[in-house]
Amino acid sequence: MTSIPHTNLIPSSAPSRGKVGMACLIFAECWFFAGFIVAYLFYIGKSSSGPLPREVIDIKPVLVNSAALIASSFTVIVALRGLARSHMGVFRFWMLLTIVLGGYFIYGTAMEWKSFIVDHHLTISTNLFGTTYYSLVGFHAFHVIVGLCLLTSILVLSLMGHIHVVRDHLRVELVSWYWHFVDAVWIVVFTTVYIVGMRP
Amino acid sequence: MTTAPIHPISETSMGFGSRVHSWVISVDHKKLGMMYIGAGLIFFMLGGIEATLMRLQLMKPLNDMLTPHGFNQMFTMHGTTMVFLVGMPVLLGFGNYLIPLMIGARDMAFPRLNAFGLWLFIFGGLLLYYSFIGGDGLYGMGGAPDVGWFAYSPLTSKAFSVGHATDYWILGIMVSGFGSMTTAINFMATIVCMRCPGMTFMRMPLFVWLMFTVGILVLLALPVLTGAQVMLLFDRFLGAHFFDPQQQGSVIFWQHLFWFFGHPEVYILILPAFGMICEIIPVFSRKVIFGYPLMVAATLSIAFISLGVWVHHMFSVGLPPWLNSIFAASTFLIAVPTGMKMFNWIGTMWGGNIRFTVSMMFATGFLVMFLFGGLTGIMLAVVPFDWQLSDSYFVVGHFHYVLFGGTMLAVFSAVFYWFPKATGRLLSEPMGKWTFWMFMIGLTLTFFPMHLSGVLGMPRRVYTYQPGRGFELWNLISSSGVPFQIVGVLLLVTNIIKSLINGRVAGPDPWDAWTLEWATSSPPPSENFSKIPTCTSPRPLWDRKHPEDPDCFYE
Repeated sequence: MTSIPHTNLIPSSAPSRGKVGMACLIFAECWFFAGFIVAYLFYIGKSSSGPLPREVIDIKPVLVNSAALIASSFTVIVALRGLARSHMGVFRFWMLLTIVLGGYFIYGTAMEWKSFIVDHHLTISTNLFGTTYYSLVGFHAFHVIVGLCLLTSILVLSLMGHIHVVRDHLRVELVSWYWHFVDAVWIVVFTTVYIVGMRP
Repeated sequence: MTTAPIHPISETSMGFGSRVHSWVISVDHKKLGMMYIGAGLIFFMLGGIEATLMRLQLMKPLNDMLTPHGFNQMFTMHGTTMVFLVGMPVLLGFGNYLIPLMIGARDMAFPRLNAFGLWLFIFGGLLLYYSFIGGDGLYGMGGAPDVGWFAYSPLTSKAFSVGHATDYWILGIMVSGFGSMTTAINFMATIVCMRCPGMTFMRMPLFVWLMFTVGILVLLALPVLTGAQVMLLFDRFLGAHFFDPQQQGSVIFWQHLFWFFGHPEVYILILPAFGMICEIIPVFSRKVIFGYPLMVAATLSIAFISLGVWVHHMFSVGLPPWLNSIFAASTFLIAVPTGMKMFNWIGTMWGGNIRFTVSMMFATGFLVMFLFGGLTGIMLAVVPFDWQLSDSYFVVGHFHYVLFGGTMLAVFSAVFYWFPKATGRLLSEPMGKWTFWMFMIGLTLTFFPMHLSGVLGMPRRVYTYQPGRGFELWNLISSSGVPFQIVGVLLLVTNIIKSLINGRVAGPDPWDAWTLEWATSSPPPSENFSKIPTCTSPRPLWDRKHPEDPDCFYE
């Protein structure tokens, strides 16, 4: 009896299931946003009454906001490097900075919404611009808030001493993936709303 | 340090309450899979009752058994139930049960997420069915949703859909959709990360390959539906104008979003059935699957092309001819990989030593019925032909051949094939043969005449028809198929209950099969394998049974 050769047994070098799971979640989220982005693009210039984007959008605070959010993607990388080297002080400082930058972005969005609603009387039911703008930007802001909750829980846990480098590095890294995704979506949303959507 | 020996408590020694409890709190992929399939079969019977009521109503012209409103509720609930609460959970349930066993893993990648998905699906289904009681809302109007399973706007706007029926439709489907997405994430992570040593991608059973593809399609299509449903909720509750023509919103936009989800969804419902057939036909033909790499390539190309065919549901909308032509062409194109699969299955059976067990009979029935449904699908891809027959009973006949004759026959085949693995008992073969013939006769009687009444001009979704237009005979024949199908379902249920009580003991490998789920006992222990198996070829169990001539010599 010949035995089955085991030379063709390939050692398992699969990525961690957490990474695959998070990648799949982000993939699904992309398609969720795709629907709202297509809706926005499809309805540009179709509003039957004002106010129109050019009349209400003030681009300067949005640029500052976007800079804060994009910067937060880099600060979270620095924080993660600190964690990898077990420099918990570095990790906590840059995590805090990330949260502050993300929080500033939400503050900026809130101010923009306030100006739209109070000064320009634009709500989700005013016209198609309002409908598509509040849903797209609102869903993005919702995802930023979810990301902030995750980052804040990590920071609080680390202050309580519950974050361990070996055990939790991957978990924190996965949250940072989500944060990068939220950032990347903003670049697309920004292009859609504040560049393409501003055309006359 | 001494540890007390652990005495596993056998299920039979527990009281009823604690047995139910052990199922409710379970995170075991096998129990969750069986609960998916069981809940799906209960919804299958509910959907069947709705279909029976419709066929009774249409049995004769100018019948008044159902009101027009009641009829609208029946076809909406029937379609929604069969797609979201039968097709998806039953197929995902089989995936749940079989994927870890087939790839030699102890459980799914995220067992708790898996349980979460199951209970989301059950909650979503209950939410949808609660509409029969609570859909009236404060307005005292509504009841169950009555907007069709694709819920076209503006039927779903506040003006035309008073009460909360449509809201229950949106929320029920959305919640069960979240469940499906978590399951898809689980499938992907399990298949990528949990394969046993030696199980390369090209050695995975084809069922696993097909479920992998289904996972991609679920993650891609369902979020688009969820997004569209959120837009609809905003329209209904916040006064947004996504689908509101009075404010330049587009009702066609809903159709685009819905069918961008809807067409991949059709493949989500048929690809797992393909996977089951890919496992069952080789075992009962005693041959290796014909063209394994081609099957994988065909599966992936079906998934890819399915993203670009959705407008064939919208040919009668009046979109520009160039657009219709592109989507007609892509629809013809998708028939090519599907045809490859068909020929591969026939090639597997060709010259094989075929054993016509009930499972194999259902699989063969699948080939015939699915071919028929596929061919009428190609006919409907011809734009002018579709203009004539869109929204007629021809379309109803077509997709019932695909979904009942295709998906459900494959599911029945799979039930007969894997029931011994899940329970340790064989289903009765003689009773199964009666089930098979009842379904084949019932299916043909019900759905074949629909093509004829459709060509004669009978539209879908009408609660009755005038006498003297040539529809009577065909509708009567269609309705006469229903009792056969009811007998089929009852026989299947009786068979399952009888076999659970005193069925023939199956042993670990009753069909002399080749994939890893047959390498463990029936039913498998809670950890699946006492020792993680290794895989040396696409048929690891063949290699183990025939060490003198293993497949791995020919790789």
